[in-house]
Amino acid sequence: MTIAIVDYGAGNLASVKKAFDTLGAKAIVTGEPERVSKAEKVVVPGVGHFAATVALDVSGLREAIEGAIARGVPALGICLGMQWMFASSSEALELDGLAIFAGECTRFPAEVKAPHVGWNQLTRMGGSRLLNGVPDASYVYFTHSYRAPVVQQTVATCEYGGLFSAVVEQGNVFGVQFHPEKSGTVGKHLLENFCGLSC
Amino acid sequence: MLTKRIIACLDVTGGRVVKGVQFLNLRDAGDPADLAEAHSAAGADEIVLLDISATAEERTTLLDTVRRTARRLFIPFTVGGGIRCLGDASAVFDAGADKVSVNSAALRDPNLISCIADRFGSQAVIVAIDAKRTSEQQYEAFAKGGRTPTGKDAQAWAKEAEQRGAGEILLTSMDRDGTRSGFDCEITRRIADSVRIPVIASGGAGSAAHFVEVFREGHADAALAASILHYGTTPMAELKQTLRSAGIPVRWPC
Repeated sequence: MTIAIVDYGAGNLASVKKAFDTLGAKAIVTGEPERVSKAEKVVVPGVGHFAATVALDVSGLREAIEGAIARGVPALGICLGMQWMFASSSEALELDGLAIFAGECTRFPAEVKAPHVGWNQLTRMGGSRLLNGVPDASYVYFTHSYRAPVVQQTVATCEYGGLFSAVVEQGNVFGVQFHPEKSGTVGKHLLENFCGLSC
Repeated sequence: MLTKRIIACLDVTGGRVVKGVQFLNLRDAGDPADLAEAHSAAGADEIVLLDISATAEERTTLLDTVRRTARRLFIPFTVGGGIRCLGDASAVFDAGADKVSVNSAALRDPNLISCIADRFGSQAVIVAIDAKRTSEQQYEAFAKGGRTPTGKDAQAWAKEAEQRGAGEILLTSMDRDGTRSGFDCEITRRIADSVRIPVIASGGAGSAAHFVEVFREGHADAALAASILHYGTTPMAELKQTLRSAGIPVRWPC
């Protein structure tokens, strides 16, 4: 089983790769659409500016990811990768997200510090394959300045300058705003759940 | 609620931790990877590894140390000390660090901050400021491990670092460092209130009560400690329980 960690130049992917290695999963870091298309699972990581996702559009990676999702391949967006699964972000309005989840990502309001950095709690809502066995109120590690709205497919929220989506899930598509690879045993559990999903 | 972070700091040189020989009764207490993992298991929210090597010979082992330590951690991991250029930062990220901490090199060339932030994101750049009180109202930023005055006002420098793309400020009070007499809440509050990015307080931790103070009065977002955690005088469990009893949100149990 191969997990493709999509490399589109948005930050450091070493720790995501390392996390899957630790779990004994076979993961590759790749920027080639052909390899993404062949993978049995796809991870879209990323930190930084939403404008970085333009690299997905121009490289053919967007089509490869969309194709994989359409075939039922489990796909996990992390941080910026999750925000890209929404329709858009006010950080770069000229770009389109995947629009699997409706709505626009927006910056935290001025009354709270941004980035939102540190360990914050999940409030679970509804059933979730990704969060199976993850207790309500678990702490996970966040670092981001923009956040996604709470939508119908939100399975966990977090509170910081208002509620936002911490985890979204629809069929074989999953998004997490926090960094599971940095979130201790809770994060490890979530990644194990993802590794255990079948096509 | 967003919790206040407790960050364990390991000072390393030549691949060994220089402080912390009695921590958690570990036999090989001087190995950074062992210590980092032990801190993580005990409930530390993050690990900072500070390279205090004086010679190039000692420094060459750093990347190997970072690699070995990163492999054992599932929590955020920062590496600082001697990062002079984008290439140094890239090498440390490739070895598995999540953030780098820059200090002297950023004072010399402030453009380094945006240079790393543009490539790896602001969340990956911590600007460390060693501040020393020079008069009643004045705190100055010092370079080279506190040896060289820069003439820069610490608060102004923190604001400039923020504008240039720093994701966090690691503020060390040189007056309190190593004294165990408590954090300098005054400079911490001044800087924490004047920037819109998180501020990590450092220098002077001697008891759990000092952490309560720096969160309450110093408005710190996180606090860093070394010896108090290594020597087991205030175990992490006790520290976090004290904070929790004082009404400060912490990740506990974890």
